[in-house]
Amino acid sequence: MAAPGAAPVKIVELGDAALTLEFGNRIDPVLHARVIAARDALPRLPGITDVVPTYRSLTVHFDPRRLAAEELSRHLLAAANAPQQSALAGCNAPNGVRRWRIPICCDGDCGPDLAAVATATGRAPEEVVAVLCGQPWRVFLIGFLPGFPYMGELPEWLRLPRLTTPRTAVPERSVAIAGAQCAIYPWQSPGGWHLLGRTPARLFNANDSDQPALLAPGDAVSFVAIERSEYDRLELAITSGEFSSRNFSV
Amino acid sequence: MSGALEVVACPMPISIQDLGRPGYRHLGVPLSGALDGLSLQLLNALAGNAVDAAVLEMRLVGPTLRAGTAVRVALAHATGSIERGGESKEMQSLPPWQTATLQAGDCLRIGQVSGGAAYLAVSGGFAVPMVLGSRSFYARAGIGASLGVGTKLPVTAQAPEGDERAVLPAPTFDNEDPLRVMPGPQAGHFTAAAFATLYGNSYRVGRAADRMGLRLEGPLLQHDPLRGADIASDAVTPGAIQVPGDGQPIVLLADGQTVGGYAKIATVISADLPRLGRLLPGDELRFAPVDAAAARAVRQATDAWLAAQIAAIRALPPAGGVDLLALYSQNLVDGVIHAH
Repeated sequence: MAAPGAAPVKIVELGDAALTLEFGNRIDPVLHARVIAARDALPRLPGITDVVPTYRSLTVHFDPRRLAAEELSRHLLAAANAPQQSALAGCNAPNGVRRWRIPICCDGDCGPDLAAVATATGRAPEEVVAVLCGQPWRVFLIGFLPGFPYMGELPEWLRLPRLTTPRTAVPERSVAIAGAQCAIYPWQSPGGWHLLGRTPARLFNANDSDQPALLAPGDAVSFVAIERSEYDRLELAITSGEFSSRNFSV
Repeated sequence: MSGALEVVACPMPISIQDLGRPGYRHLGVPLSGALDGLSLQLLNALAGNAVDAAVLEMRLVGPTLRAGTAVRVALAHATGSIERGGESKEMQSLPPWQTATLQAGDCLRIGQVSGGAAYLAVSGGFAVPMVLGSRSFYARAGIGASLGVGTKLPVTAQAPEGDERAVLPAPTFDNEDPLRVMPGPQAGHFTAAAFATLYGNSYRVGRAADRMGLRLEGPLLQHDPLRGADIASDAVTPGAIQVPGDGQPIVLLADGQTVGGYAKIATVISADLPRLGRLLPGDELRFAPVDAAAARAVRQATDAWLAAQIAAIRALPPAGGVDLLALYSQNLVDGVIHAH
C-alpha cells in the first residue's frame, strides 16, 4: 500500500506505445522516491523497451504488438503501491543510495558565470561554491542529452532564471544551475544555465554498453572543489584512459 | 569479403539508420532510427536483408557514391542514375523499389529525393559498428558514424551471383488523410477550444524541421490559463505534440529528446510515425483523434500491409527483360503481379 496520505496515482497514455504513471505534477523528493520504488518493483515484462523515471512520473515505452496496454497498466498500478525500501528510497546500490564525489573546478574560465551569480544573489563567490559543494544533490532524472543529470534542489536564494540569451556553445562537462536545479553538461551544447564550474569527470561513454551513463536517477552527487592544476591533471588522466570516472563513486 | 561505398558528393547531411536504439532512454539517449521505419523495412526486404538492417537515410538531396566492390543496391523515395565505370561510361536509371548491382568503379548518383526521408539499402546492410545496440547515427552526442565526402561506408556482403533483380510494384505511401493522434498525456492543460482547433484546421511544417522534430505553423493552441504550458518535465516520445507558451505545436521525431517540459496535447500513433517522418517544410497536415482500440487496429492493418508488400516482391528476369523492367517502373503491370 502507498504511504498514508500519499496522493493517488494516475496512468496516462503517451500515444499507443507508452504509458506514464504519474505520482504528482511537481518537483518533489518524496514523489521522486515513489517513482524510483515503482521503477524497481516493475517486472521486466516482454515487450517493454524503456523505463524512464522523471521527477514525478514513470514512463514505460513498449511494443504494442507484444504487450497490451491494459496488462501493463495493471503491473504499473501494482508497482506504484510497492513499499519503499527506505525513507530516501532510490536504491541503486544494494546498501542504499549510490553516492558520488565529483570534483569540480570553479576557477577563472571554468566558472564563467560565478561572479555574476554571486552578484545577482548578493553573496560572495566563495559562499556560492561552498553551498554547491556543501551537500549531496539528488539525481532526479537523466535527460536533455545522453547522461545529462537533473539534480536538486538548490536553496531558495540561489534559484535564478535561465540566461535571457542562451549560449550557443556551453563547454562540455560544465556544472550549471538554473531555478532549483543543478546539472552537468556531458557534451558541448547550446544552453541557458549559469555556469559555475567544470568537472574532469566523463559523464557518458557510448562504447560502454553496460553503463554508458555515469549517473542514474536516484544517485546522490556531492561536488568537491579542486584547484585548476588538479583539474588539468585529472582531465588528462581521464581523457587518456588512465583513470576511470567510475572511481568517483564512494 | 568486405568492401565499401565511398561518398563522392554529399550536398545535404546523410546518416546511417536502422530501427533505432531502444533501451537507453532512461539515460537520455533518444530512440533515433529511420524517420520512416516502414520504408526501411520494405526496402531491406527488397534487398534481401533482415528488415532491421542499417540503411542510408537522405533528406532533400541525395549523395553520389562510388562502389569499391560489387554490391546490390535499392532506393526508396528516390531515383538514382548509375554511371558504369570502365570504358563504357554507360548510364542507367535506377528507379525506386528495384534492385541493381553496382560493380567496382560504378557511381550511383542520387539527386533530389521525394519527401522528407529517402533511403538507400545495400545487400547485407551497411556494416558500420554497433553502438549501444544500434547502427543509427545520433548527431548531438556523436553516437555512431558521422558521414561526409570521402567516407567509405563498409558493406558486408558481396553482391549475389548472377544478375537477378528484384522489384516491387511502386507502393503508394502518401495520402491526404489526417495523422491519427491519441489525446494527452497533458490533455488537462488545454481548453476544449484548443482540441477543436487542433482537429479542425490544417497545420504547415515550418522551416525548423530536422530529425529531432517539426515546428508547425497554424492556429494557436490555447492552454488552460490555470495550468499553463510548463510542466515538471516528464518523458516524451516520437510523435508527441508539445505546445510551448507561444501556442505553436512542435511534433517530436526519432532524434527528439527523451524528456520535455512543455505540456503535450496529443501524441501521433506509432503506425503514423513513418508518414510524419516523410514531411518537409511547407507540407500541410491535419490531425484526427483516435482511442487506444482504434490505434491497435491501425497498427495491425499497417503490419498486414507491410507483409503483403513484402510478399509482392518479385524477381526480374536477367537483362534483356528491359522492357518488362520499364513496365514495372511505370507500374503498368501492377495487376499482373497481384494476379501472380
